[in-house]
Amino acid sequence: MQDSNVFVDVRSLRKWFGIRRTFAEAISSQEEKVVKAVDDVSFKIPKASVFVLAGESGSGKTTVARLILRAIEPDSGNIFFDGTDITKLDHNELKKFRINAQMVHQDPYASIDPRMRIMEIVMEPLTVYKIGTNKEQQEAVFKALEEVRLEPVTDIAYRYPHMLSGGQRQRVAIARSLVLKPKFIVADEPVSMLDISVRAEILELMQNLQKKHNITFLYITHDLSTARYIGDQIAIMYRGKIAEMGPIDKVLLNPLHPYTQALIDAISEPDPNNRLKEKMVRIKTETGIERVSTGCNFYNRCPYAMEVCKTEPKLMEAEDSHYVSCFLYPK
Amino acid sequence: MKESLVVENLKSYYFTSVGAVKAVDNVTFALGEEESVGIAGESACGKSTLGLSMMRMLQPPGKIVGGKIALHGTDTLTMSDSEFNKKVRWKRIAMVFQGAMNALDPVYSIKDQLKEVLKYHGFPEVEMNERIIESVRQVGLDPSVIERHPHELSGGMKQRIVIAMALILKPEFVIADEPTTALDVIVQAQIINLLKKLKKEGMTIMLITHDLAIISEIAEKIGIMYAGEIVEFGSAEQIYDDPKHPYTQALIGAIPRLKGDKKFSHVKGSPPNLAKPPKGCRFYDRCPHAMDVCKQDPQMIRMKEGFVRCWLYDEKSQQ
Repeated sequence: MQDSNVFVDVRSLRKWFGIRRTFAEAISSQEEKVVKAVDDVSFKIPKASVFVLAGESGSGKTTVARLILRAIEPDSGNIFFDGTDITKLDHNELKKFRINAQMVHQDPYASIDPRMRIMEIVMEPLTVYKIGTNKEQQEAVFKALEEVRLEPVTDIAYRYPHMLSGGQRQRVAIARSLVLKPKFIVADEPVSMLDISVRAEILELMQNLQKKHNITFLYITHDLSTARYIGDQIAIMYRGKIAEMGPIDKVLLNPLHPYTQALIDAISEPDPNNRLKEKMVRIKTETGIERVSTGCNFYNRCPYAMEVCKTEPKLMEAEDSHYVSCFLYPK
Repeated sequence: MKESLVVENLKSYYFTSVGAVKAVDNVTFALGEEESVGIAGESACGKSTLGLSMMRMLQPPGKIVGGKIALHGTDTLTMSDSEFNKKVRWKRIAMVFQGAMNALDPVYSIKDQLKEVLKYHGFPEVEMNERIIESVRQVGLDPSVIERHPHELSGGMKQRIVIAMALILKPEFVIADEPTTALDVIVQAQIINLLKKLKKEGMTIMLITHDLAIISEIAEKIGIMYAGEIVEFGSAEQIYDDPKHPYTQALIGAIPRLKGDKKFSHVKGSPPNLAKPPKGCRFYDRCPHAMDVCKQDPQMIRMKEGFVRCWLYDEKSQQ
């Protein structure tokens, strides 16, 4: 992949959180326990593509998103955004970046203020960055509402959130993310709280807008089936590290890492024969938060764990642009 | 065929200031022995209200207005409250509520909370410990967890505890309302395997969820609920391989697939207001096959192992 085509380049990103010790632990001078939320994560998002970051809760995917948006500060690593290393920018220099990097949150009931009308909610980013005259801002809001097909716009704009359904609220959140005409959008589980019958509509909308405006997308989810619909590339995260990464159809149809395989086994397809057999759960259950401090972080649960897995695996290309971090695969 | 569960013309309404919200409006279905059922539908279709009605746990302003619920021939709706409480609730039919794992009391140990259930139902004190350990083992947990508090358990473990709570008096029938939502996908698979194991041990499960994929793991019979009514009921094979009602077809089309065709669809519009349900078919304004006759209430057309409420079908063609 040519470097000029890369829009977001994340290099060796790291964020560790210290766990508070009890008094007894502190005075016995035990080593401070850390949660390695994001541990040496690297990936590249090509311009105008949809990159999926997938994993279960505790994998670190939301923390990666927050780091990229610089909502929290990394401990180390670099984030190149459209060629500029944003980890080196100070507060003022970040303004241009922030206008271009927007977010759509998971919960359409929590992410929009119930006491503001739709017009004010979608206008807020413009107000905060003092962009445009009042009239221009209003026009921008109507246009954004049209783009997300919340019509008639003059009716919707003056409603309050409680007058809209979950799916409509999520469209408002999407409209709000578009109004600054960003080059990059992070969508964190945007459909997981919506009814099944509405999900395709919202995903289709996001996909159309993404293609129309050439927006680079980071899509975070634990649901691999919806990821397949919208994503170009995917990275599977497990406990702070990337286990597997590559073009989405390659990874989902030919999963290499045992964890990816377990995730895919766990998914149910609507098949009446399912009730006649047990679901395959190849991996061992987690017993607690203790884990092997060196080596593969999946060691304790892996059905194929070997002696060599006590050393650290590296993310390497197993087949054309399909990367995996696992000793089962020689280079 | 002997029926283990018969629900007939069940009506549960919420009497609010804007009028009666007809959450469960004339629901009828039956289950044979060793048949588990899945009730599928979107938010606010009435499926949770159906579950709560079967437990007679509807809170005011909700009220069961009419109908019949028969467990192995016994019509539970004709019983007095105290008789139902003594003989049926939790002993013959129990429920795992939606989000129950978050309702575990944080200041009491698991043991104390399970004890509370037994105490409330008059279980002999001397046998409590043994029964608690048995239930906990039944859901695949090590008995040592009973000494812990909820915050020390993972999401999956808490969900298992809540299931153990429902099983503790050995009911023949368990209602599970969205038991896998909010759990990680691998933990979901483990909970599904637990439900399968309970089925093997003789339990009948009523699984309430919007997730039609998960229902296929458990249910022999499936009821599709829309706006307070069951619009289609049939065997799992019928529902997945040959769905009749346009809403069923739409729901199945809306499931994203990991394998096969990538595309999945959505259903335009939204469900009607149940305080003022429209006359005639409630799916009329969202249905791609809507006809003039649909302005009248569709009849229940019997099929091989169930029924469909839709003017597209008539009795003769289904025999």
